[in-house]
Amino acid sequence: MSNFLKGHHLALFLTPILLASSFVNADTLNLGRTPTPAEVAGWDIDVRPDGLGLPVGQGSVSDGEYLYDEKCSSCHGIFGEGEKRWPKLAGGNGTLADDRPDKTVGSYWPYASTVYDYVYRAMPFGEAQSLTHDETYQVVAYILNMSDVIDDEFVLSNETIGSVKMPNQNGFMLPDPRPDGQLASAPCMQNCEVPTKIIGRARIIDVTPDKE
Amino acid sequence: MAGFNRTDELGLLKRLHSDGEQLTGSDRRGFLKNAMAMMGGAAGVALAPSVLASNNLPPNVPSWTRSLGTGVVTHPYGMPSKYEADVVRRTVPWLTADPISSISFSPIHKLKGIITPNGLVFERYHAGVPTINVEEHRLIIHGLVDRPLILTMDDLRRFPSVSEIKFLECPANGGMEWRGPQMEGLQFTHGMLSCCEWTGVRLSTLLAEVGVQPEGKWILAEGADGAAMSRSIPLEKAMDDTIIVYAQNGEPLRPEQGYPIRMLNPGWEGNTSIKWLRRLEIGDKPWYQREETSKYTDLMPDGRAREFTWVQECNSVITSPCPENPFKGKGWYEIEGLAWTGKGKVKAVDISFDGGVTWRPTQLKGLVLSKALTRFSIMHNWQGEPLLLQSRAIDETGYVQPTLSQLRQSRGVNSIYHKNSIHTWQVTESGSVFNVQLS
Repeated sequence: MSNFLKGHHLALFLTPILLASSFVNADTLNLGRTPTPAEVAGWDIDVRPDGLGLPVGQGSVSDGEYLYDEKCSSCHGIFGEGEKRWPKLAGGNGTLADDRPDKTVGSYWPYASTVYDYVYRAMPFGEAQSLTHDETYQVVAYILNMSDVIDDEFVLSNETIGSVKMPNQNGFMLPDPRPDGQLASAPCMQNCEVPTKIIGRARIIDVTPDKE
Repeated sequence: MAGFNRTDELGLLKRLHSDGEQLTGSDRRGFLKNAMAMMGGAAGVALAPSVLASNNLPPNVPSWTRSLGTGVVTHPYGMPSKYEADVVRRTVPWLTADPISSISFSPIHKLKGIITPNGLVFERYHAGVPTINVEEHRLIIHGLVDRPLILTMDDLRRFPSVSEIKFLECPANGGMEWRGPQMEGLQFTHGMLSCCEWTGVRLSTLLAEVGVQPEGKWILAEGADGAAMSRSIPLEKAMDDTIIVYAQNGEPLRPEQGYPIRMLNPGWEGNTSIKWLRRLEIGDKPWYQREETSKYTDLMPDGRAREFTWVQECNSVITSPCPENPFKGKGWYEIEGLAWTGKGKVKAVDISFDGGVTWRPTQLKGLVLSKALTRFSIMHNWQGEPLLLQSRAIDETGYVQPTLSQLRQSRGVNSIYHKNSIHTWQVTESGSVFNVQLS
C-alpha cells in the first residue's frame, strides 16, 4: 500500500514535467543531440552519380599513374589485370554476354562517381580514407584511363567527372523482375516431368576444403 | 572387410587404439584416420576405438559418475563440449584473395531448431572485423531531415526496442554451383545462412525522431569498418521492418556481426544489413555504391544486369542426411531440413526421394515465423535403396522454389547471386551422400 502511494505521488509530481517537455517537441523523445556541421562533414564521404557529395579537387592521369604504381599495383596489377584473386580493374570490354564474362571497372561499372566514392572510402586496402581528394581524383583518373574511358590528357575533377560516360552505364535493368515468370505455377506432386539424370558431381571436382 | 571375422576385427581395433594413444593431436587423428581407411569404413563407423577400450559403458559405472567435475565459472562465458569441437565455421580459402576480406560458412549440418548460436553465425567482411570502443561509437542521421541527430549507444538503448527472429543470408549462398556442383558438403553449399533473435530499435522509430522531409526516398547506410561498407536502402523498407540492432540472441551483438550496432533488413540480401553502422543519410535518389553496382547485381545472358535485387526468394535444403550426415545403416531416420523466404512465412515444404518425379508433404516443426528459418521433417525407413533427395519450399505468396533448370533458363549461369533452386543429394546404397545436379 505504501509502495502504491509512493508511486502515485511520484506520478503526480512528474506529470507537470512531462507536460513541459512535451511542449519542446510533441512528436519525438528528444534523445541524442544535433550534430555539429563539422561532425557530419568529417563522416559524410558519399558521392552520387549526379555529383552530390563530390569534394572540390582534381587529378591528372599521369599523376595517377605514379600514385597507382605505389599504392594499388601490388594487388590490382601494373595494368589493372589483378594479382592472384584481387579484383581486376581494366579490360573485359564487350565480354558481358560471353560464357566467361570479365567484369571490371571499365567493362561493368556504370558510374565514374562510384569509382571515386569507393576508392576514397575503402582503398588502399588497410589504409582507407587516407588519400587526399586530389590524390583520389588522380588514382581514379588513371584507373579510368587504363580502361580507355578517358584519354591521357584528361584531368578528372569535381567539374569534369560528370561528363565521363562509362561503357556499361546503360547495362543495368530496373525494376527487379522477379519472380521470374515461369516459376509461378502450382507445384507438381506426381509423375512430374523433370530430368533425373545426374550430370554433375561435386566429388569429381574435389575443391571442398578438408573437414579437419 | 571380406574374410575378416569379428574377433580379429575387435582385436585389431584395440591394438590400433593402444598404438594411437602414444600419439597426440593431429598425429593421432591422422593415424586413426589412416588405420580406419585401411580396415574399411563400415566397421570404423560402428565401433570407434575409443569406445571399444572404454570402461564407461554399461554395465560399468562411467568415470564421470565416480568423480567430481569442474566448478562454476571454469569458463565464465561457457564452452561447447570438447567432443563437439568440429561444430565450427569454416571457410573456402580459394574463394577470396585474403581472409580479411572473405566469408565463412555456418555449420548448418550440425545445428538444430532455427536459431544459430552467436559464435556460429556466418561471417562476411570486406576489411576485417573492426575493434570498436562502444563509448566512442556514434550513429549520425542526417540529410533530408528536419532534425539531424547524433546518438551515443546509450541514447539508442533508450528508444523503444523490438526483438525479432529473422534469417540472414548472403545472396551468394550457393553461388558457386551455377555451372555445376562444386562443394561436397552442406556447410559449403548453403552455409552462408544464419538465423538469430535480433534486438534493437526500428529504423522507422529513429526516422520519426529526425523527421524525414517529403523528398526523402532513400537512405544511405554506412559502416565504420575499414571498407566503410555502404548500401542505398529505399525508404519503404526502412519504414516497414528494418531494425537498428544492438543485441543478438540475448547478448550484445558480436564484433563479427557489427558490434556495437548493425542494420538488419529482414528477408533481404545480407549485404544490405550494414554492420558497424555509423551513419544514415536520407536522400532523394540511390547512391549507386560499389556494393550495388560492381557487386550484388545479377548478370543475365544478354550481358545486361539486374540491379537492386534485394529479396532472398524462397529456398530450402535437406540438412540430414547430407554429405556430412550420411545414413549409418538401414532403418528409421528423421529426414529434416531448413526452409526460408524473404517474402514472409514458409507455407509448405515437399520432399522427393526420386529426383523430383514424385513429391510428398513434410511437417513444419516448431516456430513458423515470417522471414525466419523454418524446420521441416519427415520420418523415413531407409532400406539401402539409392535416393535422389530433394526438398521444395512454397511460401505464403504462393511462390514455389524453382528447379535449377528453370533458374538457368531465365538467368543463365553468370548471375552469381540468388541461386535458390531445389537442391539434390544423392544417397548411395552404402548410405553415403553426395552433392549432384540433375539434367
